[in-house]
Amino acid sequence: MNSNTFRRRMAITGTAVVAAALLAGCTPSASAPGSSTAATGGDGSPVSLTFTSWDPHMDTIVKAWNEKNPDIQVKLQSPSENGDELVTKWIAQNKAGDNPDIVKVEYQSLPALIASGAVIDLSEFGDIASAFDDASLAQVKFQDKVYGVPQDFAPMVFFYRKDVFDSLGLSAPKTWDEYAQAARKIHEANPKQYLGTFSAGDPGWFSGLAQQAGGNWWSAKGDTWTVSINDDASKKVADFWSGLVDEGVIKSDPFWSTQWNAEMGDGTLVGWPSGAWAPAQLPTIAAGTEGKWEAAALPAWTAGDTATGIWGGSAMAITTNSKHPAEAAKFVTWLNSSEEALKMQISEIGIYPAATAGRSLPELDTPPAFMSNQKDYYRLIGDVAPSARSFDIWGPDATVTFGAYRDGFASALQNKTPLSAALDSMQKTTVADMKKLGFTVDEK
Amino acid sequence: MTSPPLRRRAHLRSNRLAIALVTPAVVLLLAFTVAPAIYALILSVQQRKVSGGLFGGTTTVEFAGVANYAATLSDPEFWAGISRMLLVAGIGVPATVILAAVFALCLDARGSRLAGVARIAIFIPYAVPGVIASLLWGFLYLPATSPFGDAVDFFGSREIFFSVANIAVWGAVGFNMVILYTAVRGLPSEIYEAAALDGASEFQIALRVKLPMIRPAIVMVSLFSVLGALQLFNEPTTLRPLANAITSSWVPLMKVYNDAFVNNDIHQGAASALIIVALTISATVLVNLIGTRIGGRSR
Repeated sequence: MNSNTFRRRMAITGTAVVAAALLAGCTPSASAPGSSTAATGGDGSPVSLTFTSWDPHMDTIVKAWNEKNPDIQVKLQSPSENGDELVTKWIAQNKAGDNPDIVKVEYQSLPALIASGAVIDLSEFGDIASAFDDASLAQVKFQDKVYGVPQDFAPMVFFYRKDVFDSLGLSAPKTWDEYAQAARKIHEANPKQYLGTFSAGDPGWFSGLAQQAGGNWWSAKGDTWTVSINDDASKKVADFWSGLVDEGVIKSDPFWSTQWNAEMGDGTLVGWPSGAWAPAQLPTIAAGTEGKWEAAALPAWTAGDTATGIWGGSAMAITTNSKHPAEAAKFVTWLNSSEEALKMQISEIGIYPAATAGRSLPELDTPPAFMSNQKDYYRLIGDVAPSARSFDIWGPDATVTFGAYRDGFASALQNKTPLSAALDSMQKTTVADMKKLGFTVDEK
Repeated sequence: MTSPPLRRRAHLRSNRLAIALVTPAVVLLLAFTVAPAIYALILSVQQRKVSGGLFGGTTTVEFAGVANYAATLSDPEFWAGISRMLLVAGIGVPATVILAAVFALCLDARGSRLAGVARIAIFIPYAVPGVIASLLWGFLYLPATSPFGDAVDFFGSREIFFSVANIAVWGAVGFNMVILYTAVRGLPSEIYEAAALDGASEFQIALRVKLPMIRPAIVMVSLFSVLGALQLFNEPTTLRPLANAITSSWVPLMKVYNDAFVNNDIHQGAASALIIVALTISATVLVNLIGTRIGGRSR
């Protein structure tokens, strides 16, 4: 018995350690950015590229490319992980050389991939920058190097249930004050109804709101980082939501949870500050409510201020592991800046394109299916896009910051303590991790 | 008339057989336990460092001494995780053992009907993978999908410990019940006859005769349950995205996962893992010692 149990324990810990060891990759050598040329498949045999993306209907667009480009065949892969875990997987796989050629990366994760040498500079593969405006380019261009081709741009707007607002005589809130009043009124009229929820599950959402308020979590000067996650603007945002949650007029269920989906569908929740991509997701989140939602500009902190933040948005990056970076660059440039591909991306995937040329395409005159009642949906997005601001740069360890967000805000909501304290712990965790890794950090 | 050389040859032959039989196990142990453990040990005394430029174009792995161990040991969240794990264990282990014993004794009682069907029904949850079980229960706990509505806040700061323990108990009772039931069935039936003749009721027989006689089995079941509780991971991990009650380092194993695969610090993860191994081994030895003393007394 004695030795048996012991052996069982050892076997179990053994497996865990194996898993850890395997994921660490076998050769922890720092890989130099992929040397340019790497051949065109040599003797005319077609180059085969792998491309990881989770966009619905991306396969149609890839198929269109493959039919026209027999020499460069792209194979689409859907990831089984999501979010930060996918990024961490790529960082781990980079060492083993197993990454796909092309990856779809959310803007906030790109610096982490650059810092671990997992993606390459695309500057040498032609002029990518000229197709994009500064706001999009700022997400992928660092120190004169371009690490990705922007796909979409996702300024935050406010989605609300028009039918519910109408029945209460409310209109879309123009300021956050009005938002708070509307939240109270809605909950008062029907104690089972709420204007929204504060999600501890989605750091990208909160950082978008912080950006609107003027928060600037990371900035860089030369080789020195400045981290100020607990700046006044971000604390203002946290305090605002803290108050509404305390009052009980805003719920605290995390986004993307079963609970939240049910509440979005059954009319418990009647509002959602979200990214421009929301109509593509809403059919699964709030099934059966098509045509009842409308989008408006995000409420402002001071009346008349048009600033908004960004939630999500992605770029296509080419990994260091790719043996055919030139061909891969050709594909991603076509995908995200050619009229042909952008048209398909708008009508099939429902993106608001990052490429300047894509923003005047006639495809944008048709609203996404879910928003068929709001003919000028894309015009609204186009109107708010120029005043969307982001942080100067995303930190090289944003995944750690995001982990601290989830823990800090979830605990604060659970224990009913002020939300702004969670920002302090995010700041502390982030700075500690950056220093541990060896980055030069100037703490504000 | 056995000559020494002959005997030696026989000895050698049996030695060779023993080696042949043991080799596969040893090879597997070396390849999948010892080697990775050594690798984990190496990882745990290292640290990733970046240098050169804003993004730290160069990554090197440096010797870090005991820094990673110190970081884990001085992290209050790590110890909070251990106390949370112990709290769940404190609820779950007694519940598992008591329920398993009650079910086993009920099934064995004279006059119990449909014992076979009931036995399988109690055992089936054990066959459900932990993640699936947690999802099932998660849906039962969430107000939006729960048949209980929002009468009970299953994700409350206190309730969550019971909610997590409940899933573990639900999955483990069946297996433990089978062990105890087998032990009860193995008892000689003359004893019951004697007890019945002495005027003992079925209930008294269960409590006064059967229960004391299966004490060694109960001790073993308790040991398994304690060890299972130390490995708590699936249930809280699966419940985590459903609500705000569970953090990324809610129990120690979740911290290891989070260090290595979310924060991308395999070195910190390795150190945390080895600390947990050390703690678990000490706990196992301790629990075993206690178990042997209690179990031994009945022999």
